[in-house]
Amino acid sequence: MVVVEQTRVALGTLFPDSHPTAVSSEEDNQGTAPREVGILVTDPAKHGHHIDVLCRPDQVVAVARIMDGEGYFLESISGVDWPDRQQFEIIYDYNRLGGEHCRVMVRTLMDRNQPVVPTITEVFPAADWHERETFDFYGIHFQDHPNLIRILLPEDADFYPLRKDYMP
Amino acid sequence: MTVPVSPRHDETFVLNLGPQHPATHGVLRVKLTMDGEYIVKAEPVLGYIHRMHEKLAEASTFAQFMPNTARMDYLHALAFNHGWALVVEKAAGIEVPERAEYIRVITVELNRIASHLLWWAAFLLDLGGFTPLLYAFDDREKIIDLLERITGSRLTYCYMRFGGVYNDIDDEFIKGTRDFIKRLRGRMPRLYHDLVTHNIILIKRIKDIGIISAEQCRRYGATGPVARGSGIDYDVRKHEPYSVYPEFDFDVPVFNEGDSMARYMVRMHEMEQSMRIIEQALDKLPEGPVMAKVPKVLKPGAGYYYSAVETARGSLGHRLVCNGDKNPYKLKLRSPTFSNLSLYGEVAEGMLLADALALMGSLDLVIPEIDR
Repeated sequence: MVVVEQTRVALGTLFPDSHPTAVSSEEDNQGTAPREVGILVTDPAKHGHHIDVLCRPDQVVAVARIMDGEGYFLESISGVDWPDRQQFEIIYDYNRLGGEHCRVMVRTLMDRNQPVVPTITEVFPAADWHERETFDFYGIHFQDHPNLIRILLPEDADFYPLRKDYMP
Repeated sequence: MTVPVSPRHDETFVLNLGPQHPATHGVLRVKLTMDGEYIVKAEPVLGYIHRMHEKLAEASTFAQFMPNTARMDYLHALAFNHGWALVVEKAAGIEVPERAEYIRVITVELNRIASHLLWWAAFLLDLGGFTPLLYAFDDREKIIDLLERITGSRLTYCYMRFGGVYNDIDDEFIKGTRDFIKRLRGRMPRLYHDLVTHNIILIKRIKDIGIISAEQCRRYGATGPVARGSGIDYDVRKHEPYSVYPEFDFDVPVFNEGDSMARYMVRMHEMEQSMRIIEQALDKLPEGPVMAKVPKVLKPGAGYYYSAVETARGSLGHRLVCNGDKNPYKLKLRSPTFSNLSLYGEVAEGMLLADALALMGSLDLVIPEIDR
C-alpha cells in the first residue's frame, strides 16, 4: 500500500480543495453517476483499480506528468459516450511495470457538443495511437496531437461508430 | 546493425511493406521511407482487418460476446476467453469453483505453448529457415488435438463460461498432456536449441538487432515478452495475480539485452515455465464441479471495472463500464500488441530493411488483435 499512498499524495497536489477518502467495499457503490473532481481510493478486488481520479479536461496533462514522474506507464485510453448527460468521458488507465501493483484510473468529462481535450503524447508516446483510436471512434479532438488522423477506420469514413446515436 | 543515417531527402523513396506481405503475417502495412537499404521513417498503417468488436460488445449480452474474444488473438484465444470471463465475473461478483480455475490455467498455458511454438516457426520462416516450422507444427498439432477433445474447437475456442468452463477434463486429456510435456521436454534441447538457438546464422541475424530500452517500453506501454526482453520484470500472473496462479511455483524469465535475441530467449524459457505450471496444476487438480450456479441473464451493477490477464504477447486489459443493463455499456479492449507495435516506428529508424523484418518478427504480431 506504500505506492498507493504515495501516488495519492502526489496527485493530491492537483486537488487542494478535495478531501481524498478511502472507500470501503460495502459503501463502494458509487456507480457511474457524476461526482465532484477529486481522488477516491477504491477496492482493487472489486474494481480492478486502486485509485479513481476525476479531473477537469485541462488537468489531464498535469496528471500525466505526475504519473510519469511516479514511474507509471499508460495502459489504455478509452472513450465513453453519455448522451443522456450530453457528455463524453475519457478514461486513462495507468499501471506500473513491476514492483508493487497499483492501477490508477483517471477520468475526465467534457461537453458532448464540444469534445476537446489536450493531448498527452508529449508525456507518453503510447498515447499517440490510443488518442487516435478515441478520435476515430468518438470524434473527440485531442488538441495539439501531432498526427490526429483515423487509425482503424478507413481514412474517408465520415462517422464516429462508438457514439451511442450512431446507427450503421 | 543500426547505423545512424542522415537522410538525403532528395533521394529517399517510399516502400510499402504489406498489407499483403509474408513477413507481416496478416494484413499489416508499414509505410517505409527508405534511403537505399536503410529505413529513414517507418509508419505502421492499421485497420485492414478491423471488425469493431467493441461496438459488437455493446450490442450483445455478456455471454454472447464470448465467441468474439477468440477471434481477436487466434493464437492465444483461451487467454482472451479467460480475460473476458474474469472481468465479467469481477463485475457480477461470481465465484468460480476451484477445479474450473485449475482447468482454465491448464488450458490457457497449453495454448500459450502452442502460441509460442507458432511464433517460433513463423519467426524462423521470416529469417529464411523452413525446417523448424515442421518441428514446431508437429508439436503444436499435439496441443491442438488435446484442446480439441475438451473444447470442441481447434483454434477459435469458446471454452470458458462465466462461473467456470464448458466441459470437464478427463483422464485421457490428463495422460495426453503429461505425455506431451514429456515429449516436448525431450525434443527441446536437440531440435529447438541445438538446431536453432545455438545456430550461428540465427545468432548473426538477431543478436544486437532491434534494441528496445526499458524506458522505451515504459513510455510506449509495451508488455509481455517485449518488456521482459528489455529487463523489465513484469508479468501480470505474478504482479497482479489472478485465477489460481499464486498457487504455482514458476519463474518469470527476464533478459536484459533488449535485442531480438533476448525476446527470442524469453519465449523459449516461457514454454518451460508453462509446462511447470501445467504439471503442478495436474498434480494438485481438485475434485468438484466445473461450473457455478450463475443466473441466465447477467446484470452487473453500474460501475467501472478493469481486469488484466497475461497473454502470450503481453497484458490484455478489459476496461468495462456497466450501467446495470444486460449489455456492456462500454468495453475497451487493451490489446497487448497494439501498444507493442506502437514503438516500432521509433526503433526501426536507421535500421537495415532486413533487420527491421527480424525486429518485426520478434515482436510477435497478431494483426486481428491489433485491429480488433
